[in-house]
Amino acid sequence: MSAANDDIQARIIRLLQAYNKDDVPLTPDTRISADLNIDSADVLNFVMEVEDEFDIDIAVNELADIHTIADLTALVADRLDAGA
Amino acid sequence: MTDLLDKYRDLKARHDAITRHFADPVGLVNDRILSPTRGVINGREVILAGTNNYMGVTFDRRCIEAGKKALEEFGTGTTGSRIANGTYGPHRQLERELARFMGRRSCMIFSTGFQANLGMIAGLCGPKDTIFIDMDSHASIHDGVKLSGARFKTFRHNDPDHLARQLARHDPGDGGRLVILEGIYSMLGDFAPLEEFVALKREHDFQLLLDEAHSFGVLGENGRGLAELAGVEDEVDFIVGTFSKSLGGIGGYAVSDHPMFDVLRFAARPYMFTASPSPASIATTLCALKIIENEPERRARLMANAERLQKGLVKRGFRLGVTEYASPVVAVICPSEEVAVAMWNALLENGVYVNLALPPGTPDKLSLLRCSVSAAHDEEEIDHVIAAFERVRDQFIPAAD
Repeated sequence: MSAANDDIQARIIRLLQAYNKDDVPLTPDTRISADLNIDSADVLNFVMEVEDEFDIDIAVNELADIHTIADLTALVADRLDAGA
Repeated sequence: MTDLLDKYRDLKARHDAITRHFADPVGLVNDRILSPTRGVINGREVILAGTNNYMGVTFDRRCIEAGKKALEEFGTGTTGSRIANGTYGPHRQLERELARFMGRRSCMIFSTGFQANLGMIAGLCGPKDTIFIDMDSHASIHDGVKLSGARFKTFRHNDPDHLARQLARHDPGDGGRLVILEGIYSMLGDFAPLEEFVALKREHDFQLLLDEAHSFGVLGENGRGLAELAGVEDEVDFIVGTFSKSLGGIGGYAVSDHPMFDVLRFAARPYMFTASPSPASIATTLCALKIIENEPERRARLMANAERLQKGLVKRGFRLGVTEYASPVVAVICPSEEVAVAMWNALLENGVYVNLALPPGTPDKLSLLRCSVSAAHDEEEIDHVIAAFERVRDQFIPAAD
């Protein structure tokens, strides 16, 4: 993974920590909603935080294909590239 | 084989745990309704303080007579949809009267308020469009968004600055954008800062839909809702509302000045493919509309009652959803779900019915005892509700040191 993606992933993990009630180890393969047992309202809150953190646009519908931290990192990287 | 109902085992366990010791908050039966503010539940007469019956018209003799007359003249039901055999003279008459009352070009009526949101949102928006909704939006708004197939985004509750940021970084492409707000948010009773949201139209392109379900009849000098109170009716493209609160019936409506609005009559499926409201329901609603138009003193009584309940509870140390201004929804925030359930049950035993509202259907996962006030409550009833809250609180929440 590139250094830029490492940074993105670290920032995502930092945001996600607030929702990690059971202290699940957060790795690229962690499934955000399933492993962390996050309810739908918190998923929406988390996505808004990710949008604000990176100043990017993510539609809620796009989350259907995002399961793991690695998936989300790729989406954020893609959005940042498109905006660059 | 996976049993389709297996996914609800946790939900059922939670419900079972509540009903093991207490009355069932979602299976409550009103054995009799005595008036807009009194009922009989589990054999006990109670003050109804959680019925959204804001104008108190449900037992108005004029409405009841109008309903009876419609039953005699038009029968029990329409047995058909608006686009087939289900449009009767009174449906059209109510649409004309509502459009006139709201000062709008057109009105469409739906069979419920929930369907009005489904029909309007899915009628207006498709997959190319983007919808921006408040985090605390009602279930009918969330479901309307899903039904539309549109892209959607949320913004933080009542936060115009956050919506501005969301709009600024979003590229609409060749689609339209719809922002959806509610006049009064039903759980905490707070109003949308509508002027600030409307001001965003000067910098960003979007159309605005406002759900006035809880504010219609209640807010504004003439009862047209928050848009009237905020003085921004011209900036609101579509207003949705319901007959089941201030108007004491069942059904919903949408109004607009858009010249093409009526095309939704053959584009909004929740309008097209369901039976139209029954003639009696339309007749009582028409009558109730005249009453709320001609009897503004009801609004004054409602707000005086709301203020009395709010102040009484604040004075006794309760934490409420709204304290900065009077709202007909007075939500008591409980320290936990367990306390909320126990207090709700004890309130019932003390002769007071309110709504128990638990996560996930509540903002910020709050556990609420949600009261809604009526113009028909008298001061004695409001004081009884306050006293009952104080009694049960002392029973379940240890006094702070």
